[in-house]
Amino acid sequence: MAGKDAADSPIHIPSTPFRPGDISTFEQWTAKPTDLSMPAIDCSAEETAEHAAGLIRVLSDDNIASGDWNRNLSAENLRLGLEHMVRLRIFDDRMMKMQRTGKLSFYMRSLGEEAVAIAQTMALENQDWIFPSYRQPGAQFVRGRDMVSMICHCIGNEEDNVKGRQMPVHYTWKDGRFISISSPVGTQFSQSVGVGLASQYKGLDEVTISWIGEGSSSQGDYHYALNFAGVFKAPVILNTVNNQWAISSHVNVATAGKNFAIRGIPYDLPSFRVDGNDFLALYSVTKWARERAAAGLGATHIEVLTYRAGAHSSSDDPSRYRPQNEAQCWPGGDPIERLKSHLIEIGEWSNEQQNSLEEKIDSEVMSAYKEAIKFGDLANGPYPSSDHIFTEVYETVPWHLEEQRKEMKRWRDA
Amino acid sequence: MVNMNMVLSINSALDIMLERDNDMIVFGQDIGYFGGVFRTCDGLQEKHGKHRVFDAPLAEGGIAAMAFGMGINGLRPVFEIQFADYIFPAYDQIVNEIAKIRHRSGGEFTCPVTIRTPAGGGIKGGHHHSQSPEAQFTHTPGLKVVYCSTPYNAKGLLISAIESNDPVVFFEPKRCYRGPFYGDPHNVPTWKDHPEAEVPESYYKIPLEQARIAMRGDACTVIAWGAMVHVAEQAIRDSGVNCELIDLQTLVPWDRETVTESIKKTGRCVIVHEAPKTSGFGAEMVASIQERCFYHLECPIERVTGWDTPFPHTMEWDYMPSPARIAEAIHKTQGS
Repeated sequence: MAGKDAADSPIHIPSTPFRPGDISTFEQWTAKPTDLSMPAIDCSAEETAEHAAGLIRVLSDDNIASGDWNRNLSAENLRLGLEHMVRLRIFDDRMMKMQRTGKLSFYMRSLGEEAVAIAQTMALENQDWIFPSYRQPGAQFVRGRDMVSMICHCIGNEEDNVKGRQMPVHYTWKDGRFISISSPVGTQFSQSVGVGLASQYKGLDEVTISWIGEGSSSQGDYHYALNFAGVFKAPVILNTVNNQWAISSHVNVATAGKNFAIRGIPYDLPSFRVDGNDFLALYSVTKWARERAAAGLGATHIEVLTYRAGAHSSSDDPSRYRPQNEAQCWPGGDPIERLKSHLIEIGEWSNEQQNSLEEKIDSEVMSAYKEAIKFGDLANGPYPSSDHIFTEVYETVPWHLEEQRKEMKRWRDA
Repeated sequence: MVNMNMVLSINSALDIMLERDNDMIVFGQDIGYFGGVFRTCDGLQEKHGKHRVFDAPLAEGGIAAMAFGMGINGLRPVFEIQFADYIFPAYDQIVNEIAKIRHRSGGEFTCPVTIRTPAGGGIKGGHHHSQSPEAQFTHTPGLKVVYCSTPYNAKGLLISAIESNDPVVFFEPKRCYRGPFYGDPHNVPTWKDHPEAEVPESYYKIPLEQARIAMRGDACTVIAWGAMVHVAEQAIRDSGVNCELIDLQTLVPWDRETVTESIKKTGRCVIVHEAPKTSGFGAEMVASIQERCFYHLECPIERVTGWDTPFPHTMEWDYMPSPARIAEAIHKTQGS
């Protein structure tokens, strides 16, 4: 795809293959579920070279499960995974609609990437720590977070457990071992190594999982994470979610290479590249990494190959920088459709059941929304008390903040 | 003269300078094909070429470092940090490298970099899309620090910043990109019909080191920068006091003469900024003003600032200095 962006330039500027008005075409994948075997959990990093260069899949293009990585998950578990993904998609749609009516300031959907956090969190134990970026809120559904509480955060009302301090989608939920999300990209990735080492230091059977986007993999934090995880053999699972786009920047701006997974190997981390829209493959690889970490054998690096089917956020308009049809062309398809088709294929699901699941979740989301809105929303209040501006800056409120708090109250209550 | 909002006037400054100086290069996150998340670079890549206006990987430290290298080897890089809150991975490169290279190399190397970054609150951006970190750079010898407030001064100051052979950190009040902000979130005016939005289409400069007297008066000197200039203007109108409003424009080096002359006339001073109070640039100004104007001052200098806390999301209007708070400070200087 040389032509498009390759100006007559004295320096090399990365090209973006398709822009609005173009017809996107992706090279179709040839990787098959039977291509790659599952190594032993005590393998060396080098022994995963083929796994990092290739693509681990369990579901074929026809959504039949096979191969060494197929763990024969029960139909019950698969239906649960499907339900969480449908829940996340419907939840996202509802929140996006609310954003458009001013009930929250901003929103980010996980559209097309629902399998990532959901399959991976289902492969973990409940005591494991989740250190997400902003596109893994789905992990909270797996851990059973009350949807009303999530909405209350997003609409910044009196029940927001972040107390009105952070933008929507910046969830924190310590009970679910879901660590507070920060806007600066990539910081969680390197921090997760410390979380994992702390668990190990305390002698606890806890693994930490973290994610970073392919765009943010340019940050130093990405390399700190891989290196520290390797040096200290930390019990962490480090995922690079390669969804092709960082706002308007194509993956070609993030790397001149074609592959993120292989970067882990020189850091002595077993490294896998996995079809990120294949629920079963994601689950399986994460389970492997969890077992390795729990056995004290150290960290694993996973490239999750997927596609950001939605806008970066409610503030973004991807029609300005990429063709409209691109998501439909993605060789990995749609994670919900694929798992649904698989379940139907094995006689454990039907379109009718899918429809009634969607109806059930639709009303679940609607009633959570109605419940949450009782506590206020961004457009109409009531908001968390602005006293919260001054609390928890320090353990106790120092004199200068106490003075400023009184000053603020004088104006607020005037 | 053409009516422009601040996005367009910044775009015009970049366009003109790209035309005039072949060694100028513009890069940053999403600024190439897309034209930037705030659209300030819209159309520049198409017009000037992909080698002169391009997207950088998401690594502020890498962006600043590349600019340093280009700068010391004869180019004139202008890079954008998408939000000032995200400048900190680049802090080492800016503070220890870009700012000090002239001095540390005995003057052999210079780094004429311009660092553009949208700053300040008022867009429901919470902790990490709202901060105004100018004081973290005014405390760094070797950097010039500019904070524009209107379409007119944004263009003139940006052209001066780009031409400066010293590195300049150039803050753009994002709340004012498409209209002035008078402190009332429900009043969202555009720049249409605003006198400071009448902008020459051609090249012009506003010297760094020069403050702008935005309103003339003799009862009190009010000093502000960025979005707070407009909030202070509203406060002055509300107060009924005949204030002189100084838009500082350049914080380092700041226009001490204009400020001193004004305070010698008024004997009273209120300083407004949205950044936290402690170690804010207002503190530096208070110290300098008392050194030079002590015997002219009729009362203590007032500061109206953001609180010493992280920037909040839902309650941002209880955080940002309001016209009422500023007006009260003005009245206080009048003994009322």
